[in-house]
Amino acid sequence: MREVAVVSFAQSASVRAEDTRNEVEILMPVVHEAIERSGIGRKEIGFTMSGSCDYLAGAPFAFVSGLDAVGAWPPIRESHVEMDGAWAMYEAWVRLQHGDIDSALVYAFGKSSLGDLPDVLVLQLDPYYVAPLWPDAVSIAALQARAWLDAGHTEEEMAGVAARSRKAAMANPMAQVKGDHAVSDLMREPYLVSPLRRHDCPPISDGAAAVVLAAGDLARRVCERPAWIRGIDHRIEAHSLGVRDLATSASTRLAAERAGVDGAIDVAELHAPFSHQEPILREALGLGDGVDVNPSGGALSANVMMAAGLTRVGEAAERVIDGRAGRAVAHATSGPCLQQNLVCVLDGGVAA
Amino acid sequence: MSGELCAVVGVGQTKYTSARNDVSIAGLCREAALRALDDAEMTWRDIDAVVIGKAPDMFEGVMMPELYLADALGCAGKPMFRVHTAGSVGGSTALAAASLVQGNVHERVLTVAFEKQSESDAMWALSRPLPFAPPTLAGAGGYFAPLIRAYIRRSGAPDHIGILVGVKDRENALRNPLAHLHITDISFEKVAESPMLWDPIRYLETCPSSDGACAMVLTNEAGGDRAAAPAWVHGTAMRSEPTMFAGRDAVNPRAGKDCVADLYAQAGISDPRRQIDAAEIYVPFSWYEPMWMENLGFAPDGEGWKMTDDGSTSFTGDLPVNCSGGVLSSNPIGASGMIRFAEAALQVRGMAGEHQVDGARTALGHAYGGGSQFFSMWIVGRAKP
Repeated sequence: MREVAVVSFAQSASVRAEDTRNEVEILMPVVHEAIERSGIGRKEIGFTMSGSCDYLAGAPFAFVSGLDAVGAWPPIRESHVEMDGAWAMYEAWVRLQHGDIDSALVYAFGKSSLGDLPDVLVLQLDPYYVAPLWPDAVSIAALQARAWLDAGHTEEEMAGVAARSRKAAMANPMAQVKGDHAVSDLMREPYLVSPLRRHDCPPISDGAAAVVLAAGDLARRVCERPAWIRGIDHRIEAHSLGVRDLATSASTRLAAERAGVDGAIDVAELHAPFSHQEPILREALGLGDGVDVNPSGGALSANVMMAAGLTRVGEAAERVIDGRAGRAVAHATSGPCLQQNLVCVLDGGVAA
Repeated sequence: MSGELCAVVGVGQTKYTSARNDVSIAGLCREAALRALDDAEMTWRDIDAVVIGKAPDMFEGVMMPELYLADALGCAGKPMFRVHTAGSVGGSTALAAASLVQGNVHERVLTVAFEKQSESDAMWALSRPLPFAPPTLAGAGGYFAPLIRAYIRRSGAPDHIGILVGVKDRENALRNPLAHLHITDISFEKVAESPMLWDPIRYLETCPSSDGACAMVLTNEAGGDRAAAPAWVHGTAMRSEPTMFAGRDAVNPRAGKDCVADLYAQAGISDPRRQIDAAEIYVPFSWYEPMWMENLGFAPDGEGWKMTDDGSTSFTGDLPVNCSGGVLSSNPIGASGMIRFAEAALQVRGMAGEHQVDGARTALGHAYGGGSQFFSMWIVGRAKP
């Protein structure tokens, strides 16, 4: 595989509702910051990829106006996935493997405040047998949490994840939900949808994120310590919740094997929108107790739909680039109950 | 072209029709996928990854339907991703799948594109008013009619050119059993007398609303070598530009010109009119045939209409365009681009049946989308690059 690295990352502050800026206005400063930080000229970027979802805005072609944030003139090589930006990054990484292009811009955005997100996400479910029952996204996650608790876990563990995430988010100026809470206090909160309390669920967020990828010598030239992508893989499971073991994540385990997740990981950014999903992912990734999980605060403190996965990659990469992490793993998820998962291993060392 | 060689070794299409009420969305996609696997002499087990494409999710009212399609398309335990680049998506999806092979990431990739327009109303989905954006409120035809009028004014093309394309593509469709429209009494008069929808686009100069899916199996060089009739990918290209800005030429967009220049350079094509034996071009409204003939370098600017007028683009002409009947005869929107790519592959594989161009060795597949701003194209050949 050709050596490809993340050389820059930028994100907007995650907020409950961007009332005065549209998607392009949220995106434009983020894209420009990522490009500026990369040290690669905008017109030298070889390939552009984005991730977004029409249903958040309730209108077709959300990505078309997104292109206005990039300055696609003269015309550019560009494509789009109706997925989290982490998969856009995957496609860009694949394209850089061809060898003729050395850099790529990847961006993602989501403005969930335009609709009622838990209900909008119902439309992601099997349209014939499940969606007509209107099980909202929080209720679907609660089913998974219950399956995980039944497998021998506790609600205190979930509250522990939430408390740690919110505390970590206090050091992240872009995070939306932050604070120092005792687990015992969180446990006194009422259920939102049993067994989930409000702190077990992600905030609803508006925002955007962008990364720039560069290959080989270009990455070395523009970045003192590029976050090299040592392995990247993604896998999907069956959609039907009834045929999956919701307490584990087989697709994450498989992707982690293929991406080469090993015992040398010191930082992990996991896209776990619900608290119980973090331990499920930790187990699937085989992460030990010494790994610093979600130092950014994770998706429990900022969850921009379609960008939260790419943000995990960016947060992990930034820690490698600035030397806080030696070897990091970033994870992104899509679909109900961790149906689809992407795993990316990044490190700052020289190639083996 | 760079990277590993890529070949099309399987093509599968459904019959295109107004409403496939006998199958679910998953059933429709699976039908095309199984036919592609059969053609490739493969089973689900042989596939390393699946790439799915479709146009806006509002066309069916299912958000990110690929998540639900994972079960029916044998994706469990595999990588799957979903492309969406507006009307060009079928082509972009094929290119994303080819990229996985060219990047040496996977050896055998299944790609599927679909639209089940009968589940919803594309006209409505395309016309939703947005704050601070000019509403089209008239579907794609309302958007493209002014561009066509601009083309006619610029080129001085006579009025009947659009009618000729409407007749030609429907005559071609009679040779393609999968085409949606089989208008057996198609004639110049019939098209000319059909109602005017968006001047100058008449009813029979526009595409139908179709249900349908198209699938391909792509492999690396070793897989292509093993196949009985591979279509080798000689070049792939995509380009995008913004929808609107002062000075943009939306009639003959630079993104299309840049895209095809890149494509021809990869495929070693210097004289496209002579070197390309068949072309499947995205023509949803009749006049887009002459317009794309110019954008794609088959004719000088302002003279594309002459190719239509003198029969050059007919089934027996020197550059047969849309022998399958094209988008004018079948339009499952998200799949329409992939059908162009797949039909180009069928031509060079010698498997296009009644609409086969004799001895076709090199073919072009083309798709565009958005406000004539997203382009994806490939050149496939019978010979290995």
